[in-house]
Amino acid sequence: MSGASVTAEPPVREAPPSAQPGKWRNYAIAAGFLAPAVFFLGIWIVYPTVKTVFRSFYGRDGSDFVGFDNYKTLFSSETLVKAIENNAIWVAVVPAAVTALGLIFAVMTERVRWSVAFKTVVFMPMAVSAFAAGVTWRIMYQQDPDRGAINAGLSAVKGVFSPTGVLSEAAPSTEAVKQQPSGALELVKPLQPGGVALLGLTRIPSADVPVSAKQAAQPQSTAGGIAGVVWRDFKPGGGTAGKVEPEEVGLPGVTVELRDSSGGKVQSATSGDDGSFVFDNVASGSYNVDIGASTFAQPYGGVSWLSARLITPSIIISYIWIWAGFAMVVIAAGLSAIPRDVLEAARTDGGTEWQVFRRVTVPLLAPVLSVVFITLLINVLKVFDIVLAVAPQSVQDDANVIALAMWRTSFGGVSDFGLGSAIAVFLFLLVIPILALNIRRFQRET
Amino acid sequence: MTAATTDAGHAPVLEESTATKILRVLGKAPIQILLVFVGLLWLVPTIGLFLTSLFAAEDVNNLGWWQILTKPSLATFENYQAIYHNESIRSAIFTTIWISVGGTVLPIVVAALAGYAFAWLDFPGRDWLFLLVIAMLVVPLQMALIPMFSLYSTLGIFDTKLSLILFHTAFGLPFAIFLLRNFFIGIPKELLEAARIDGASELRIFVRLILPLGLPAIASLAIFQFLWTWNDLIVALSLARDTQPITVAIFSQLRQFGSNLELIAPAAFVSLAIPLAVFFAFQRYFVQGLLAGSVK
Repeated sequence: MSGASVTAEPPVREAPPSAQPGKWRNYAIAAGFLAPAVFFLGIWIVYPTVKTVFRSFYGRDGSDFVGFDNYKTLFSSETLVKAIENNAIWVAVVPAAVTALGLIFAVMTERVRWSVAFKTVVFMPMAVSAFAAGVTWRIMYQQDPDRGAINAGLSAVKGVFSPTGVLSEAAPSTEAVKQQPSGALELVKPLQPGGVALLGLTRIPSADVPVSAKQAAQPQSTAGGIAGVVWRDFKPGGGTAGKVEPEEVGLPGVTVELRDSSGGKVQSATSGDDGSFVFDNVASGSYNVDIGASTFAQPYGGVSWLSARLITPSIIISYIWIWAGFAMVVIAAGLSAIPRDVLEAARTDGGTEWQVFRRVTVPLLAPVLSVVFITLLINVLKVFDIVLAVAPQSVQDDANVIALAMWRTSFGGVSDFGLGSAIAVFLFLLVIPILALNIRRFQRET
Repeated sequence: MTAATTDAGHAPVLEESTATKILRVLGKAPIQILLVFVGLLWLVPTIGLFLTSLFAAEDVNNLGWWQILTKPSLATFENYQAIYHNESIRSAIFTTIWISVGGTVLPIVVAALAGYAFAWLDFPGRDWLFLLVIAMLVVPLQMALIPMFSLYSTLGIFDTKLSLILFHTAFGLPFAIFLLRNFFIGIPKELLEAARIDGASELRIFVRLILPLGLPAIASLAIFQFLWTWNDLIVALSLARDTQPITVAIFSQLRQFGSNLELIAPAAFVSLAIPLAVFFAFQRYFVQGLLAGSVK
């Protein structure tokens, strides 16, 4: 169609566009040039847009008119409301965070000579699909610190400050010993000098029993002191809980604390190879005996980044990783367009670096910053692939966003084209203010 | 700093500048260190994906990728061989190539024609129509998915490469027309008028003058459009079933995430390697297009 009107070559001599004689022929030529674009835009954008608006007032299969019911569902169904709330979080956090980060990076790179290398590295994720990037982050976010890099990093840091306890899995063998809120295990009955403390523990894997461990000692009462034993209260083939029996081993190297009735620590002792310990010279009174919490400190299990509670922040982090480079490159271009002498003048007038930045650079950059912000805003409203990539099936309801809800409702199993259309229209309505802004900006420029 | 002071002691006149230079470099040290750190942070996920893809199938679901750094013998390319022989992944890669090439060439041709009309031809309602194109820039493609799903089914082209190419063409057009029209309008008027007086037809002017002069803009556009179609997930996921590009092929594996990383990791890395190669080869055009598209 378009080809015909274009190749019907008009014989030469084009008059200036406004001249009368060739006017209609000029229009025909223009129409020929535009025809393919009109064809595509008409069929793939204009027609579906109108159609989707109509469709949103019909039910699931499109035969029954339901008025605003789909829109009511949109604002009342739990998963859809969650999607809208999540998208609100995205809008509130991401454009501002990315713009700020881009600004910081752009300003910093101005001061180093290898800025191109840095920009390339940070910008690189922009070329990659949000989906592939999401898969990449999903690998990073695995919970097991042996597999997920982020938790591995956190685990390494945490290991320095609070190492895993020697008996991390142990539990009391009888009711006589109770776990305190702090994690410490305490003998329930207070003891007087001359008393005996039996601290039986179970659930200790044999691999965790130190090689030096020997048959547990039967503690003997000592005058003016408190003696006791920490032992593995487990006898293969059965036995009596709370009693030191043959074949049950002592647990060496456990720190036992003696506390007075107010809870203050009086003494501490370390158990020997047979698990025995003694507090000497104990003044009369009643005391509690416990094994400190650090003995039972759990190994670091990792943050569950992909859990219902953290999934949206986790996805947002990976999204910022993608877009920070975009913000940086655009802002850096804006920055290099600021006349040097303006900044120099501000500096010679006695402005500090920070004042110059705050009062001169940022205001001059305002148009560029707003472009970055708006670009992010549009993209964040439509965010889709990365959510689908990072969020496991089980938490997709918690990670839901509008575009994902639209897809899941229409194609991902639910097959409700009426509700899906309503969600699409809602998304469209959200970007219309931005559309108006775009048009205003274009009109100002021309 | 110590070096600077000793130097200054020997030959004061020259050394003053060396001293300040060293001081200046040292003053920048915190920024340098911070930037190196941030740069590494940004590289880690991609490196991690690559190293994960190098684990043998029996290790990949149990080990963290950093363990390869201390034990390089764990690395193997057998996963890549495996996905190359995996029929569904291989056909997905070829499907992606087809869609991306078609979805890049077609919109550029269509947009160049329209861009020329908007820039240099006179017709009623030109500005109004162009505003409409700008308005279409932000129309979410979600608005078109359901009607096109129905239309494609009616026309019998559902689940074909062509239908996906046509969709990408249409949704690439607003930006493409916008970019090319803005670039074409900067071509000196005298050149066009001279050609018109010489009797060249508009089509001839378009092919012989506008296209060659517009090449930089077309190049950046081509890169953008290629990456968009290559990276697409939602269109193929909604408007096709068996015509799977690589993103959809990976998506269909995600349900078993954690037990099939030997497949997901190399496939994801392949899907990411082509865009990265394009990005590194044509970085300049990429950034130019980006700036033209957003700053203007």
